[in-house]
Amino acid sequence: MSKRFLFDGRPVVFEDGQTILQAARAAGHYIPHLCWHPDFPPHGSCKLCIVKVAGRHVSSCAMPAKEGMEVESNTPEINGERRALLQMLFVEGNHFCPSCEKSGNCQLQALAYDLEMTGERFAHFFPERPVDSSHPDVLLDFNRCIFCELCVRASRDVDGKNVFALTNRGINKHLVVNAESGRLGDTDLAADDLAANICPVGVILKKRVGFATPIGERTYDVKPIHIVAMEDGK
Amino acid sequence: MNAPRPKVRIATTSLAGCFGCHMSFLDIDEHLFELVELVEFDRSPLTDIKHCGPCDIGLIEGGVCNAENVHVLREFRRNCKTLIAVGACAINGGLPAQRNHLDLEACLREVYVSRDGLGEGGVPNDPELPLLLDKVRPIHELVRIDYFIPGCPPSGEAIWKFLTDLIAGRTPRLSYPMMHFD
Repeated sequence: MSKRFLFDGRPVVFEDGQTILQAARAAGHYIPHLCWHPDFPPHGSCKLCIVKVAGRHVSSCAMPAKEGMEVESNTPEINGERRALLQMLFVEGNHFCPSCEKSGNCQLQALAYDLEMTGERFAHFFPERPVDSSHPDVLLDFNRCIFCELCVRASRDVDGKNVFALTNRGINKHLVVNAESGRLGDTDLAADDLAANICPVGVILKKRVGFATPIGERTYDVKPIHIVAMEDGK
Repeated sequence: MNAPRPKVRIATTSLAGCFGCHMSFLDIDEHLFELVELVEFDRSPLTDIKHCGPCDIGLIEGGVCNAENVHVLREFRRNCKTLIAVGACAINGGLPAQRNHLDLEACLREVYVSRDGLGEGGVPNDPELPLLLDKVRPIHELVRIDYFIPGCPPSGEAIWKFLTDLIAGRTPRLSYPMMHFD
C-alpha cells in the first residue's frame, strides 16, 4: 500500500525520497516558496515554505515526507509567519514596486499580494546598493536581491560560468559578480543564460524589454501566484 | 423610533505625497453621493479646514520628509480613532524615499545651486519653510497605523471598498484585483 501523510487534513500519497513540498505539489497543493525551484536541490534560505509538523516548524522544501505525518500549511498561523518573513524581506532591501520593471512578474510581490501583506510593519533599512549597468544586455539592480541564490546556482551548475556569488554574512550579505572589476560587463554572462532568466525578483533584468508587457497585464496582475505556480511547474 | 445614524467623521491629508491618492479617492465617481450620506469631512484638502478635530477615520497619503509632516501626522494620530496609510509613499516612503541613499545637502545643492542658471538664490532658507529630515520615513515608523491601503495610487474601488467595509463594521479587506503595489 502506498505511503501517505496528511496535508492540511487531506491525505497526500508520496514516494520515499520526496520532500513534503514535492509530494504536496504532485498532489495539487501549493506551498509558497521563493528560493525553491523544481530543477534545483532545495536551498532552504527563504523559509517561505515553512509548514508545521508535529508542533515544529520545518522547511517543506528540504524535509522528507514521512508516513503518517500531519502537516499544517495553509493556516492563519503559518500564513501570518510567512507574511512576517515577506515584511522582513521588503524592509531589508529597497523594494519600490512603482518604478520596478519586474512589477507584476515578481514572485516576492506576488506572494505579498497572495498573503495579503498590505503594510511592511518593520522599520526600513534603506540600504545603499548601487546598480550595475555595465553589461550590454543585462541590468543588475542589487536593491531587490533576496539572496535566494538561484542565479548563483544556475550560473555555476547549469551555465558553467560561475558569474554570481553571495559574499559576507548576516546583515552584510550581498550579491557579487565574479570578475576582477566586480562588474557584470566583464563576465561572459549572456542574455540567454539560465542565470539571466531565473531571478524571481527584479535584480537581473533584460535591457530594452522591461515594459514590453504593460503594467496591469502581467502574470500576477491577472492570476495569483498559487495558481500560476501550479500551472507552469515553477 | 430610530435616531438618524451619526455621520462618520473623516480627515485626510497629503504629507510627502503627490496628491495622486486623493485624486484616486475622488475617482470613486458617483459613489461620492453615497459617501456624503455616510461621512462628513474634518481637516482635508477637500474642506480646507486647517487643524484636525476628533475624528473616526484619518487617511494619510505620503511619507514623512520634513518637520511639518511629523507635526501633522501626530495631530492626526491624536485625533483619529482609526488611522489609515494610503498608498506606497505612506506605506514605505515611495518615490520621495528614493533620496534616502543620497546626502541631503548634496541633493539640495544639486537642485538649487549646481544647475546652470540657478547660482544666484542658493538653497532656500526661509524660517517659514519646514526643515527637511535626513531620510524620508514611512508613517508607521513614527506613529501606530491601524490599516494600510497599498497601491501607487490605490484604485478608487480599493479605497471605496476599504472605507465602506470599515464604516459598516466589517474587517476591511481588498480582493486580489484590488491588491497592487504599483
